[in-house]
Amino acid sequence: MPVDFMYPEYEIARNDSRCIRCRVCERQCANEVHSYEESGNFMLSDESKCVNCHRCVSLCPTRALKIVKSDHCFKENANWNQAAIKEIYKQSGSGGVLLSSMGNPERYPVYWDKMLINASQVTNPSIDPLREPMETKVFLGKKPERIERGPDGSLRNNLTPQLELAMPVMFSAMSYGSISYNAHESLARASRELGIFYNTGEGGLHEDFYQYGENTIVQVASGRFGVHREYLEAGAAIEIKMGQGAKPGIGGHLPGEKIVGDISKTRMIPEGSDAISPAPHHDIYSIEDLRQLVFSLKEATQYKKPVIVKVAAVHNIAAIASGIARSGADIIAIDGFRGGTGAAPTRIRDNVGIPIELALASVDARLRDEGIRNNVSLVAGGSIRNSADVVKAIALGADAVYIATGALLALGCHLCRSCQSGKCNWGIATQRPELVKRLNPDMGFRRLVNLLTAWNHEIKELMGGMGINSIEALKGNRLMLRGTGLNENELGILGISHAGE
Amino acid sequence: MIIDAAGRDHRSLNEEIRKGDSDITINGCLGQRFIASGMDNVRILINGTPGNALGAYLDGADILVRGNAQDAAGDTMNEGRIVIYGNVGDAAGYAMRGGEIYIRGDAGYRAGIHMKAYSGKLPVMVVGGSCGSFLGEYQAGGMIIVLGLDKERPVVGNFCGTGMHGGRIYLRGDIEGLKLPKQVSCKKAGSDEMEVIEKYLVEFSQLFDVPYEKIADKEFHVLTPDTHNPYKQLYVQN
Ligand code: SF4
Ligand code: SF4
Repeated sequence: MPVDFMYPEYEIARNDSRCIRCRVCERQCANEVHSYEESGNFMLSDESKCVNCHRCVSLCPTRALKIVKSDHCFKENANWNQAAIKEIYKQSGSGGVLLSSMGNPERYPVYWDKMLINASQVTNPSIDPLREPMETKVFLGKKPERIERGPDGSLRNNLTPQLELAMPVMFSAMSYGSISYNAHESLARASRELGIFYNTGEGGLHEDFYQYGENTIVQVASGRFGVHREYLEAGAAIEIKMGQGAKPGIGGHLPGEKIVGDISKTRMIPEGSDAISPAPHHDIYSIEDLRQLVFSLKEATQYKKPVIVKVAAVHNIAAIASGIARSGADIIAIDGFRGGTGAAPTRIRDNVGIPIELALASVDARLRDEGIRNNVSLVAGGSIRNSADVVKAIALGADAVYIATGALLALGCHLCRSCQSGKCNWGIATQRPELVKRLNPDMGFRRLVNLLTAWNHEIKELMGGMGINSIEALKGNRLMLRGTGLNENELGILGISHAGE
Repeated sequence: MIIDAAGRDHRSLNEEIRKGDSDITINGCLGQRFIASGMDNVRILINGTPGNALGAYLDGADILVRGNAQDAAGDTMNEGRIVIYGNVGDAAGYAMRGGEIYIRGDAGYRAGIHMKAYSGKLPVMVVGGSCGSFLGEYQAGGMIIVLGLDKERPVVGNFCGTGMHGGRIYLRGDIEGLKLPKQVSCKKAGSDEMEVIEKYLVEFSQLFDVPYEKIADKEFHVLTPDTHNPYKQLYVQN
C-alpha cells in the first residue's frame, strides 16, 4: 500500500481485563474496525477506519471500550492545523472534491449563545405554566390584511390555507435515501403524535407514509424526484427547495449506488442511476419565475395547501426574502449555515452562508419595514439545538423553527459526521437493511415525542417567566432579548440591546 | 363544453375545466398560465396561446394547442399528451417522467431538461423544427426526438446533453459541428434504434399531416450517455 500520510484520529482503548471476547463490537461496526484473532483469542482493532460513532462503546456489555482522541499529532501550527494538513493529503492523493456531512463544525460565532432571555420581576408578574393556560400553538401561512364582512355584517373567511402546529417546531427536510425508512417512520409518527409536521425532503414519499400526509410537508426540488399529483396532494403543505444552509448555491446528488429498491421506487428513477438535483431550478431565474412555480403548485392542488419556499441564509437574504414574500409563497423557510446535510462539499459547508440568527433578524426587520411581514410566515432552521434557541428565534421574528440534527440526535445519531459514507452504525443515514433495523421506529418515535414534549414545557416555562402566555406575544418581541459580548453592528442587525442596557 | 377564455384568469379557467366535462374547447386563450395543471381524464382543445406551465404535473389529460405555447409546457408531467401545432417556449417537458409531447414547430432553450423514465413510464418529446441550447440537459431517461423539418440551421443549439446520464436524444439530418459533452456518445441510428421511435414518428406525421416519407428521408443520429453516474470519481471522503 502506498504511504498516504493519514494517521488515525482516534484510538480504541480496550480494557483487556474486562473484554470477554463476545465479539459484539466486531458485529456492530460497519466500518470493520474490530476483528477477532482466533489463534491468540484476542480482539484486534484497525483504528484508521474508526469514525468515533460510539456504536461499539454503547453495546459493549462489559464497558470494556472507549474511543479516545489520539495524542499522536502533527507538529503544532496555528495556521496549518491538523485538518488543513490532512485535507491537502487527501486531495493530493485522490484529486477529489472533499465531501463531508452534518453542519458546519468550524468556530464561527453561535449567536444563540450570546443572547439572553428576559424575565419579569416585581412588575408585570410572571406566569406559572403549571397553573395557567399557555398557548404554544401557531398557524403558519399568509395572514389577511383586513377583516372582511359580508353585506349582513357577518365575518367573511378570507384566510388562505394555514398549517396548524401544536408547538412552534417542525422536523426539517431529510430525504428518504439520505436517511433510512425507519428514521422516516419515526419522524412521521412523532409528527402525528405531536401535532406538528415533518418534511419528505426531495426524495419523494414512500407509499407506506401516505397515511401520515396530514402531518407531512412534501418537497419539490430542481430534480423533481418523486413529484407527481398524488404526492403533491398527499401533503399538508408543499415546500419548494431553492437552497439548503449546509450547501448554499449548490445542488444535491445522491450517488447511483444508493438508488436501490424502495429508494428508486420513491424517487421514481431507475436503480443505479444518479439522482442529480442541480443547484438552480432551470426554470427559475427571477422572482417572477419563482411565482410561476408557486402558482403551478397551487393550481395543481387547487389552492388548498400553503406553499413554502426554502432558501439558504446568504448575504443578501433580506432582499431575497422580500422578493419571495411577494411571490405568492405563504411561508419562507430560512436555513442557516450550520444546518446539517447528508453530504456536502467541505469547502461549501464550511465557508458559504451566514448564521441563521442574523439572517432571521434582518429578514424579519426588512419585511416589517416594507409592510409585508404578514404576507408570509417565517420558519428558521440551521441548528436550533434546544428550547432556548427556539424561544430566541421566535423573539427574533420566527413563527416557528425547523430542527433536523437535533431530531437525529434524539434517534441515536452520535454526530460522527460520516453520513456520506452510507454506513451509519445507528441505522439513520444508511440504506443497508442490517443497519437500518438497528433503529427501532417504536423507540425512535417515542424519543422524538419525549424530546419535543420536554421542549414544549420549557418553552412555556421561559414564556411564563417573561410574563407572556401566548407565543404570538413573543413573536418578534426583541425586548425580551439582550446581547452579551456583541459589537454594535451585531446588536444592530439582531435588533437587540446589550445586556445591562 | 366550450369555454371562452377572454377576460378569465387562470384560476377561474381551471375551475371551469374541472367542472367535469371530459371534452373541452377553450377559445380565445391569451396567455393564461397553468392550464390543466395536474389534471387527468380530460381532452382539451385550446385555440389561441396558452401561457406558461401548460399541463404542469399533467396526469393523463390530453391537450391540443392550435397555436403556440409558452415556457415550461409539461413541467413534471407524469402521464398524458400535449400536442402543440405551433412553437413552444423554454424548458418544455422539464423533468417529465411520462406521457408524450408533440411540437410541430420549434422548441426554445432547455427542452427536455431533467427528463427521466421510470419503470413502465417512458416520456417522449418530438419536436418538428429545431431546439435551442441545453437540449436534454441532465436527461436521465426517456426520448427526445428533434426532426429539424425544413430547417437550414442546426437542429439543436449549444451544450446539448450536458450532464445527461440516461435516455436518448434522436436528431434528424445533418449534425455536423455539433459539440457534445465527454460523457455523451453519438452515432448513426441503426434499424433497431429507429424501430423504437417509429410509432412516435408515425404519430407525428398523422397529427400534423406531414408525410411520413418526408420525415424518413434523412438519417437520424442517436445520442446516449456512457454512464448513469457522471460524477462518480469527483469526491473524496473528508
Ligand atoms: S466506527 Fe464506531 S463502532 Fe466502529 S470502532 Fe469506531 S466507534 Fe466503534
Ligand atoms: S446520522 Fe449516523 S452517520 Fe450521520 S452523523 Fe449521525 S451517527 Fe454519524
